[in-house]
Amino acid sequence: MSETAGSATPKTALGRFLDSDLWWSFTHSPVVMLAALVTLAMVLSAVFAPWVAPHDPFDLASLDLMDSLKPPAWMEGGDPRYWLGTDDQGRDILSTILYGARISLLVGFLSVILAMLIGVTVGLVAGYSGGIADAVLMRIADIQLTFPAILIALLVDGVMRGILPPGAHERVALFVLVLAIALSHWVQYARTVRSSAMVERNKEYVQAARVIGLPAPLILVRHILPNVMGPVLVIATIQLALAIIIEATLSFLGVGVPPTSPSLGTLIRIGNDYLFSGEWWITVFPGLALIILVLAVNLLGDWLRDALNPKLR
Amino acid sequence: MLLFIARRLAQSVLVMLTVALIAFTLFQYVGDPINNMVDQDTSLAERERIRKQLGLDDPVYVQFWRFVRNAAHGEFGVSYRLRKPVADLIAERFPATLELSMISAILALAIGIPMGIYTALNRERWPAKLFMTLSLVGVSLPTFLIGIFLILIFGVQLRWLPTFGRGEVVQIGWWSTGLLTASGLKSLIMPAITLAVFQMTLIVRLVRAEMLEVMRTDYIKFARARGLKERTINFGHALKNTLVPVITIIGLQVGSIIAFAIITESVFQWPGMGLLFVQAISEVDIPVMAAYLMLIALVFVIINLIVDILYVVIDPRLRVQS
Repeated sequence: MSETAGSATPKTALGRFLDSDLWWSFTHSPVVMLAALVTLAMVLSAVFAPWVAPHDPFDLASLDLMDSLKPPAWMEGGDPRYWLGTDDQGRDILSTILYGARISLLVGFLSVILAMLIGVTVGLVAGYSGGIADAVLMRIADIQLTFPAILIALLVDGVMRGILPPGAHERVALFVLVLAIALSHWVQYARTVRSSAMVERNKEYVQAARVIGLPAPLILVRHILPNVMGPVLVIATIQLALAIIIEATLSFLGVGVPPTSPSLGTLIRIGNDYLFSGEWWITVFPGLALIILVLAVNLLGDWLRDALNPKLR
Repeated sequence: MLLFIARRLAQSVLVMLTVALIAFTLFQYVGDPINNMVDQDTSLAERERIRKQLGLDDPVYVQFWRFVRNAAHGEFGVSYRLRKPVADLIAERFPATLELSMISAILALAIGIPMGIYTALNRERWPAKLFMTLSLVGVSLPTFLIGIFLILIFGVQLRWLPTFGRGEVVQIGWWSTGLLTASGLKSLIMPAITLAVFQMTLIVRLVRAEMLEVMRTDYIKFARARGLKERTINFGHALKNTLVPVITIIGLQVGSIIAFAIITESVFQWPGMGLLFVQAISEVDIPVMAAYLMLIALVFVIINLIVDILYVVIDPRLRVQS
């Protein structure tokens, strides 16, 4: 693909990006830059948790029950080895947060990608083919949209529990969770893509592609898809924050990931039992980590939506 | 108008049938209902007899019809886990959920709408900016964390409010209410706030966006040109036209409040339907899940119907179209 930029001098992709409105609005908003920095830091420290974390909370050999329920380092009785204190099994809270954020982000990203795949496919097919397929798919979307996502995710999770043989659920809990969240969040992509696809369908480049005899799937993927992806990416950013919240909520309710590989939500659930005996740090720190992560991603999503929407300028 | 209502009614019935089909499929294919009713040492012949007796060997459409008919009578069978009729369980817990949901809906509206109007009218003042920032934080706060933080501050540290349950309740017929005792009201405060925060942030943002949109229209400019008082314009002209979309969203919110009550009820061990549902899910208690699903669907469908009809009543333009 040759790059024929509108300006006089041909530019590299990076050059064009640095010249874009998007980059301009990014560098002129300190809040957004901070949010991006926080998100990046959290994603990196979660991905590299095994190297970053001061302890390995799942290495049973290194756990010592003598170290359990220690308050944060700056409080009386705190241990300088454990900055944010320890939980009931003597696991370092900071380390469990890093490992937990890893699971939360993994489930978040996977479910957003899966929801995007389902939604974009449905939207493309409905918008491009129209007719009965469109009517049926959009009716389903309408019905699903009347119910809150959390309810649908809970239901999918419950059904999967019933279908899977007992004992198998522990091992695949993560994927059940991803599926549950994805199935409860595909509708928005489908609606957006459908309406753009309906517009693109009648444009000349699509008709030209049809005239030279390209099969419909190829037209959809090669020609229409790139032109409808902008809004999809905005939705995906906003949905990432939602997916992380839903994951945490399901795990908190005890129907998410099992305690053997705890996410932030699971950690909060575990800590909740110790709230009344005064060990607040087991809950509060994972909770704060969750809030900061979601807030940062939300800020990025809000900014991206405004920056890419010419109507708001 | 009548035709419109009839069409919407038909649509609602279709939605209910779809949900019933899902619930029925749950019953049919998730786990074996017989296994869940008998114990380990029931003979095969005995199992077969129960199967016949319950009509589980009938054709699927006959069974589906029976399911729909039973559901319409509020008959969902016996909970696998609690061994009690599901209808009784739901009736027992319905008042708790409804009281919680209604109080927090009122809370969200009473605070959210004025805040939304204020932020729209005084966009540049600092309280408006503060409200908007707070609303973004509110959207980012998972409901259960709000509850936990409230418990930590007001329950554990300050010891002002009870942290779980409904307190003392008064029985009025089959309805148990916590609104008439001091401990019941005290128990309601934190759950209601927890549940209201998310809805409130939504309402603030929505009212603000709608209000800003309306303020840009020509008839507002015209009203200004006529020299009407700012107050008259804001509340007589702008707010009135803002309310149509707001009513829709709020109507839909009532449904999601009931669903979000699942989370709040779990945090505060509030003995409502949501808690029942979560426990049913982790134990794969299908009859309870199916009944809850049907009930929530019914609530949603009724609210949608009311909102649609209200729409036509409020906005005369829609009447001409239909």
